[in-house]
Amino acid sequence: MRSSLRRVWAMIYRHLAVYRRSWPRLAEIAYWPTLNLLIWGFTASYLAHLRAGAGVHTASALIAGVLLWEITLRGQLGVTLGFLEEIWSRNLGHIFVSPLRPAELLAALLSVSLLRTLAGLFPATIIAYLLYHYNILLLGPMLLLFFINLLFMGWWIALGIVSLLFRYGAGAEALAWTIAFGITPVACVYYPASALPGWLQPLALALPAAHVFAGMRAALFQHAADWPDLAMACALNLAWMALAILVFGAEFRRARIRGALIAIGE
Amino acid sequence: MDAIIVNNLVKRYPRTLAVDHISFTLPQGGVLGLLGGNGAGKTTTISMLLGLLVPSAGRIRVLGHDMARDRFKALARMNFSSPYIALPARLSVAENLRVYGHLYNVPNLKRRIGELAEQFHLSALLSRPTGELSAGQKTRVALAKSLINRPDLLLLDEPTASLDPDTGDYARSALEAYQRETNAAILLASHNMAEVERLCDTVLMLKAGRIVDQGTPEALVARYGRENLEQVFLDIARRVDA
Repeated sequence: MRSSLRRVWAMIYRHLAVYRRSWPRLAEIAYWPTLNLLIWGFTASYLAHLRAGAGVHTASALIAGVLLWEITLRGQLGVTLGFLEEIWSRNLGHIFVSPLRPAELLAALLSVSLLRTLAGLFPATIIAYLLYHYNILLLGPMLLLFFINLLFMGWWIALGIVSLLFRYGAGAEALAWTIAFGITPVACVYYPASALPGWLQPLALALPAAHVFAGMRAALFQHAADWPDLAMACALNLAWMALAILVFGAEFRRARIRGALIAIGE
Repeated sequence: MDAIIVNNLVKRYPRTLAVDHISFTLPQGGVLGLLGGNGAGKTTTISMLLGLLVPSAGRIRVLGHDMARDRFKALARMNFSSPYIALPARLSVAENLRVYGHLYNVPNLKRRIGELAEQFHLSALLSRPTGELSAGQKTRVALAKSLINRPDLLLLDEPTASLDPDTGDYARSALEAYQRETNAAILLASHNMAEVERLCDTVLMLKAGRIVDQGTPEALVARYGRENLEQVFLDIARRVDA
């Protein structure tokens, strides 16, 4: 157990060492959440000014949506960029011939992703408070449930992308940047699933995000906990994560059969 | 005890038979050279020995462990060096050695890094980003990484490529000394025939995925009536098989 934790720490340390040496990488962590918050924060302020009363609700839902959806986006990017870092540095050959188990590599990537997400969201949260007088912590203990569910969703999306990298090599790199953003329309961040066309609603409701954001709107507008939606989000996350782990395991094994672990960066 | 036992190993890709029913053993304390031209199957064989690649058929036992079922126990006691697989360029030399020291659960890691830095003349480079080093310096770092866990089995793919003759000779001496001190087994793939003659006590000649000849370097040179292993290599590589 101790040696397993040490191997996980080795990989966390490896990524922290990269950030310690590179201020552009550190800045990148906070750049997009902050930029998104500024765009949507000013839009929300404008809407609140136009429509006093209802506009204030809309504004707070927009800002909370931006901050919370960034958890999924940053969580996913944290894992996939960590894996891509090994491809870019042509280091996978050394890692996979060490005693590091795939599960330990995943544990390290998820830990780095958690640290990246917290570091990326912290400045945006402070800016939301200073510029828009919006304090996301007022969501109370529910915030922790939202955070865990959205981070988990980012993680299983990331596992799916890493599986695609095993299968298609670095050629699938663009997916790391686009897949989670592509899901945004059906994640129901800024509107309920009922606002979508009927044929898209089942897809949206199969994603934990739609239920988390329904819970967020209930907390903001009715000051109530939407337990059924939150329970559904947890159940969906567990199901998707189980599926992502199965696919990851299968693609890792296929990569070992095809010799892709050696040539993954080519 | 044998460090490596390979039995009827096959690796088949959809359009290629990369390794074709090869069998060999490497005793603990032995140094085995794997020779062959490009595409002979050396890298594929090493990849299967390291567990990076799953064989299509055959069995591999490394340090008493079946690589199909129990590879992590063997991997903890092995290590590998190749100039074709890099270490993270943005990490310093010390950070890279620390990462691999933790991965291999090395006790007294700081002391071990100090020993290796001294052995491979890396002390002045420890705080430098690995990506800023010359090719020869990178190869020395890769060799230091490959000895970090004092492996019982060392797999080396072109270990002295990119080294000038003086540093190459130093690296070979360091490997010889390590092998003598620890009785480690070494499997070496190299195109440097002088290096193979100096380090290896047995040589396997691979061609088109098959072992076409084997023996001690001296025996092979005598059998082919040549002056050195390089001439033997050329004879085998240029021979047109029936």
